[in-house]
Amino acid sequence: MPEADESTVAAQAGRIAIRKTYKLYIGGAFPRSESGRSFEVTGAGGGFLANAALASRKDARDAVVAARKAFPGWSGATAYNRGQVLYRVAEVLEGRRAQFAEEVRQAVGGSHKAAFAEVDAAVDRWVWYAGWSDKLAQVRGGANPVAGPYFNFSLPEPTGVVAVLAPAGSPLLGLVSVLAPAIVSGNTVVVVASEKYPLPAVTLAEVLATSDVPGGVVNLLTGRVAEIAPWLASHMDVNAIDLAGALGAPGALADDLAVAAAENLKRVVRLPVSDWTAEPGLDRMIATLETKTVWHPLGV
Amino acid sequence: MRFEYAPAPESRAIVTLRDSYGLFIGGSFTGGSSVFKTISPASEEVLAEVTHAGPEDVDRAVAAARQAYERTWSVMPGRERGKYLFRIARIIQERARELAVLETLDNGKPIRESRDVDVPLAAAHFFYHAGWADKLGYAGFGPSPRSLGVVGQVIPWNFPLLMLAWKVAPALACGNTVVLKPAETTPLTALLFAEICQQADLPPGVVNIVTGDGATGQALVAHPGIDKIAFTGSTEVGKEIARACAVSGKRLTLELGGKAANVVFDDAPVDQAVEGIVNGIFFNQGHVCCAGSRLLVQESVYDDVLAALRRRMGTLRLGDPLDKNTDVGAINSRAQLDKIGELVSSGEAEGAARWSAPCPLPDRGFWFAPTIFTEVSQAHRIAREEIFGPVLSVLTFRTPAEAIEKANNTPYGLSAGVWTEKGSLILWMASRLRAGVIWANTFNRFDPASPFGGYKESGFGREGGRHGLEAYLDVAGSADAAGSADA
Amino acid sequence: MNVAGDIAGSEQSLRRFLHGLPGVDEVGARARAETLATRSIKTDSKRQAIDLAISMIDLTTLEGQDTPGKVRAMCAKARQPGYGAPPVAAVCVYPDLVPEAVAGVAGSGVLVASVATSFPSGRAALDVKLADVKSAVAAGADEVDMVIDRGAFLTGRYGLVYEEITAVRAACGDAHLKVILETGELSTLDNVRRASWLAMLAGADFIKTSTGKVTPAATLPVTLVMLEAVRDYRDFDGRQIGVKPAGGIRTEKDAIRYLVLVNETAGEDWLDPRYFRLGASSLLNDLLMQRERMATGRYSGPDYMTVD
Repeated sequence: MPEADESTVAAQAGRIAIRKTYKLYIGGAFPRSESGRSFEVTGAGGGFLANAALASRKDARDAVVAARKAFPGWSGATAYNRGQVLYRVAEVLEGRRAQFAEEVRQAVGGSHKAAFAEVDAAVDRWVWYAGWSDKLAQVRGGANPVAGPYFNFSLPEPTGVVAVLAPAGSPLLGLVSVLAPAIVSGNTVVVVASEKYPLPAVTLAEVLATSDVPGGVVNLLTGRVAEIAPWLASHMDVNAIDLAGALGAPGALADDLAVAAAENLKRVVRLPVSDWTAEPGLDRMIATLETKTVWHPLGV
Repeated sequence: MRFEYAPAPESRAIVTLRDSYGLFIGGSFTGGSSVFKTISPASEEVLAEVTHAGPEDVDRAVAAARQAYERTWSVMPGRERGKYLFRIARIIQERARELAVLETLDNGKPIRESRDVDVPLAAAHFFYHAGWADKLGYAGFGPSPRSLGVVGQVIPWNFPLLMLAWKVAPALACGNTVVLKPAETTPLTALLFAEICQQADLPPGVVNIVTGDGATGQALVAHPGIDKIAFTGSTEVGKEIARACAVSGKRLTLELGGKAANVVFDDAPVDQAVEGIVNGIFFNQGHVCCAGSRLLVQESVYDDVLAALRRRMGTLRLGDPLDKNTDVGAINSRAQLDKIGELVSSGEAEGAARWSAPCPLPDRGFWFAPTIFTEVSQAHRIAREEIFGPVLSVLTFRTPAEAIEKANNTPYGLSAGVWTEKGSLILWMASRLRAGVIWANTFNRFDPASPFGGYKESGFGREGGRHGLEAYLDVAGSADAAGSADA
Repeated sequence: MNVAGDIAGSEQSLRRFLHGLPGVDEVGARARAETLATRSIKTDSKRQAIDLAISMIDLTTLEGQDTPGKVRAMCAKARQPGYGAPPVAAVCVYPDLVPEAVAGVAGSGVLVASVATSFPSGRAALDVKLADVKSAVAAGADEVDMVIDRGAFLTGRYGLVYEEITAVRAACGDAHLKVILETGELSTLDNVRRASWLAMLAGADFIKTSTGKVTPAATLPVTLVMLEAVRDYRDFDGRQIGVKPAGGIRTEKDAIRYLVLVNETAGEDWLDPRYFRLGASSLLNDLLMQRERMATGRYSGPDYMTVD
């Protein structure tokens, strides 16, 4: 008999459950969409799960403002501090393991065991990224031996505000695998959740809100990717965009977004992943990093 | 108006001292061959009885470490090893106050330092290295560097918990198991750390703590079951160990003594330079291998800097280490106090001029007032030998080239300080100073991400940072005088 | 030897002197201030410090909506804060309310300080600013808190700033002059050091951090640099000049941190209302609350503290 957790244990006879409301996460708060719209989220079996907020372009605009406002503080924190905050997120995630497993299972179906495996992989993935915060500069930076009496060194720096389209088909592990690499180095993000499986993303936002992550570092929009993404791709105050959630979308959405992104030369991240459980390597972190090189003379 | 600070003691109640402590072997506390006492150097009261590990006990510990290595630790994925280190880091943070008070009681250092420096840095070392455990392939040593095996570690009494963290965290992160011998006069925080390992559910035998004296350390270093030795302590003992390893072929890293030059130029930011001088030699009562024990001040600003230094030393508060306002605590032992006294007498005998801060010294315990010697020359013993106490030797120089010459004129090479507002001069000095750590417009700053270690007779190998992992991995060129050992 | 006069003889010599002062390493200065902020002041020393802090307050109201009524109420509190606490050092008001303030503190020993020189911006012609000063002095102010021309300072016109201060000093007559540097606008600690020396050379009796209308106002690192400056200036010239941090000092904890800073930087000669002031308003009630807690052993609350 597959492992059942408490949420699937039958409620006391006659007890009605309190259902969660799923809202957006912007600037550290949970507002509804300014458009007042929502959309139906159905589970693996086709049944009604919840109404999620249907984000508008104005919500996207507000999210970018919040992300930009949070950038100086987050990128200015020490790498140690960011690592600590991210590790704290993992602690809270672990505590909600059963809740996430249930949400994942309701969304994509499958066994309890598979759902728990996905959640465990997501938490471990998060911890992996948390440990990168205070090592990136050592692996991606260093002194350059220039020919002259100069001290020359190169350092990685976060690029700024990153728009992230979360993978369509992997509601937690995939989400974590595109979100964590962007923020570990100091970027702030606006995430567009998987259109079909948005609920675990909102629950993740609850975890972020209770884990010392400053408001605005991560902002979450739920809704129609094809409606929202173009506004982020063309936004002149967004520095990079990860197209994971548009890869494999119908039509040429990913291409259109990349073309729009060229207007302010955003860094465009197109890294298809077939197996989210595989160790990701440095690519996604590097994709949202700039490199700064500094010269200084040596002399009396 | 006189503003006296009333006593502000940190409460001892948070620490539960046992009457006696055993050895931590194979995950539990066991008895050993004999016992000895550890005292508080501030009051000379006996704190506890501690077990002395004899050769058989060391043998048991190494066997436990070997078994844990082979059956559990070396086969565990790095990702899971890292989680234990994260747990340990967290528990250190949770029990931070308790650790700080215990460290102050056993070592004599001010509670402000153990609370604000030692314990937070120890936690940070575990955090930092926890994250490396599953990323060793990115550290620059090839795609899958291997661990070495069982590591023997001998640490000094000046930063007992922090030195333990510097040793244990990278060793474990790299997949090794550990037998660690704390210093004879400061075993207690290591034993509390053993309890933390239990709370973290660390697999038995991964960390073993064998308390004892020099003989215990020798037994550990000589044990054939040890693959690698890490030693922090005196240069004299370091050389003995190096001789032994030259024959046995064990891997070795050493972090030894120093006689660092703190160089102050005429365009230094004076007030901060004076803070740096004071911090450099009086922090931790001068019991710091990288202490700025030689002040090299540019002759043109000698009078101003010395006047400011004496004035600043007049505000140093020496006394009860548990008082939150104490700046200078107790000397760690009578033996160390005697050593300091001997060298200070030599300074006077050789003609240097002594000046001590006017602090009253408590009756019981081991104390030495912050002291400076002026009119010191390179030939004086107090300019050449490590005093390891709150005693500063002041020399002068005229030009940057002369500063380099004098700063490097020592068999040691652990650290150096440079004070000037001119960036190019900082980098020029840094490129020429033969020292492993160079502090510019600051001093005594440590971070788990920053490699620390010396040139010349200050030792070899680095601790901290990506470079520090090398000592605990089976990679060619891992620092040891004898060359890479066979696998 | 008129050293100050020699230095200020020309714009160039003033500039060379000020830029020749030792620099301030910001990280090091902040670290020192932070370490001093860990001092733990308890029991008797805390009681003593609370009373000293109260006696050093320049109780301040500087709002467009100030009225005679408001000033009268503040003066009543200033001369008798309650619970047996000592009176404060001074009250600080706008020039047109000086007569009310003088009447309000008459006979108590509490001084009357007036801001002037087109406080807080200082952006007006010199003769307007001097008239502002003279009106305050004529109305009976014991002390004048002027602002320096930050625009002139930041463009390097130190001579102009110097001349304005000496002119205001002359207009003060017997009244003491506090020179507000507005450190939040000066931005760097090097500038704070230079502006401090500039003000002292020009005749300030006190150097003051802020108008309180700009953030950041007083901070520990800024005050540390100013205390170093007055300490060094006394060695240089023999004159002992006071320091007043103002703005943002709200709690007893803050106040005691400033006293520790004074004690361990400039020294006990400055632990006196004649040489150290705290420009504050709500601070007084927090000091009184802590005073009550020390006296009764219980935590107090706002209901028990008078609102002016």
